[in-house]
Amino acid sequence: METWNLIEYGAWGLSALFGLLIVVDWIKTDSTYSEDVLTSSREGELEAMSEERRG
Amino acid sequence: MSNTDITSKTMDGMGPHGTKVGLLRVLGPAHVWALGVGIVLVGEYMGWNFAVGKGGAYAALIACWFAGILYTCVAMIDSEVTSTVAAAGGQYTQAKHIIGPLMAFNVGLYLVFAYTMLEAGNAITAGYLVSVVAGMTGYEGVLDQRPFIILVIMFLAWLNYRGVLATLTFNLVITAVAFVAIIVLFFATSGIVGDSIMNHAALMEGQAALPYGTLGILAAMHFGLWFYLGIEGTTQAAEEVRSPARALPFGTLAGIMTLLIAATLTWYICTGILPWEFLGDGVNGSVAPLFDAARLSGSTGLVWLLGFGTLFATLASANGCINDASRAWFSMGRDRYLPKWFGAVHPRYRTPYRSIIFLVPIALIFALGAPLDQVITFSILSGLLGYTFMPLNVIMFRRKWPLDSIKRGYEHPFHPLPAYVLLALCAITYVAVFLGYGTQLIAMILFYVVVSLWFHFWRYRFVNRGAQFTMPWPRPKGY
Repeated sequence: METWNLIEYGAWGLSALFGLLIVVDWIKTDSTYSEDVLTSSREGELEAMSEERRG
Repeated sequence: MSNTDITSKTMDGMGPHGTKVGLLRVLGPAHVWALGVGIVLVGEYMGWNFAVGKGGAYAALIACWFAGILYTCVAMIDSEVTSTVAAAGGQYTQAKHIIGPLMAFNVGLYLVFAYTMLEAGNAITAGYLVSVVAGMTGYEGVLDQRPFIILVIMFLAWLNYRGVLATLTFNLVITAVAFVAIIVLFFATSGIVGDSIMNHAALMEGQAALPYGTLGILAAMHFGLWFYLGIEGTTQAAEEVRSPARALPFGTLAGIMTLLIAATLTWYICTGILPWEFLGDGVNGSVAPLFDAARLSGSTGLVWLLGFGTLFATLASANGCINDASRAWFSMGRDRYLPKWFGAVHPRYRTPYRSIIFLVPIALIFALGAPLDQVITFSILSGLLGYTFMPLNVIMFRRKWPLDSIKRGYEHPFHPLPAYVLLALCAITYVAVFLGYGTQLIAMILFYVVVSLWFHFWRYRFVNRGAQFTMPWPRPKGY
């Protein structure tokens, strides 16, 4: 088997790995936090939040 | 004068409404530059040379300059409006505040389609580049490009999912390498350092000067956009920069200056080394002109540098596109223009994670199932519709909120001249696009008409009308 065939398989494997990492974290996040928290972002909030962090 | 002051160091004109998890404000002007230039620079490495095929080398240069004026207007207008409407969504959010919901819905879709299609195009290109590298290293089989196309999309989606600071710092590094590669190639081939291999006089004499006359110049305009397409994407970082009033204008204007330099150098290098017939054929001739110029220089170092430059420019563009498309989609979800579900922010990484995830399969479908030229054309046309909105937007913005009513982070000069110039250049480009891709243009406009009807008669009832106007601006003049 040539090197490029191995690289091809490597690319398939890495693609699946990144996809898996995203999906696992997505499921974990959605099951840990309430929908109200996750979708609580409102336009125009940022200054207040960064001020809180500084405090 | 109202007490709204976007340039304030302690208050940016935004007030609390109950956010528990929001986007993270961590970016600086360099990230804004990396976002804008990163999306665009791939156009210097490939794509712009179709303009040479349409009208010859001089036509490509004229198109490069006219498109440069068009995008300078875009950058100036965007800098003024976005430094004031400092929220994710970019032009979508501008349209929402300044024109109205239907315009905002359309602009949001232009953005998402333009960036997602461009991301798909970049992934296809990256797969092709890997196959070229395989060929250069002596591989004699037919390399399957699909795993590399998918890997580009999955890796960059994962990076975007994990946080905006790492994503755009990555873009900053690879974009800088790609830009420096063009500068190095210019110095190495123009005679400034070492011997010159430029041959402009012989390559552009006689029939080669303007092979299709003035009509060729008009036709070249379509691909002249390629030198700068996407610089307006800097506005999507508005909700994640530490200082919107300073970082957005600075990053955007530095970005357009960078691109004007890169575009002119690219034209100069490639037309001085490659014959116009070969350069202008981006399919069977010069697919990656800067890389081809490096190969003709005979320097192995330049070949490697421009090879990495091409790959990095492609990755930077796809990366920026994922960032921008997801912010636009997220903003529309947050305002209920789309289902609320898309308006979620990851509590740890502080990214619009559901929008990032949702757009991955769409990019994959187009990257694996559609031809590159169709994908790119759809991206260009959506971008062009967005540019047509911008002059109308800024004219209404200045009328409704004159300079003495809201303090801007940046005030663009010579208003309304840039708006009218932009409008005129958009009209010329529509004619140019119609000459080459009339069917696609009509089909796409019909698509936007249909989705507009859907929004007006169905979706608008779900829009959170009371919460979508967040800027504490004074009442618009005349209302």
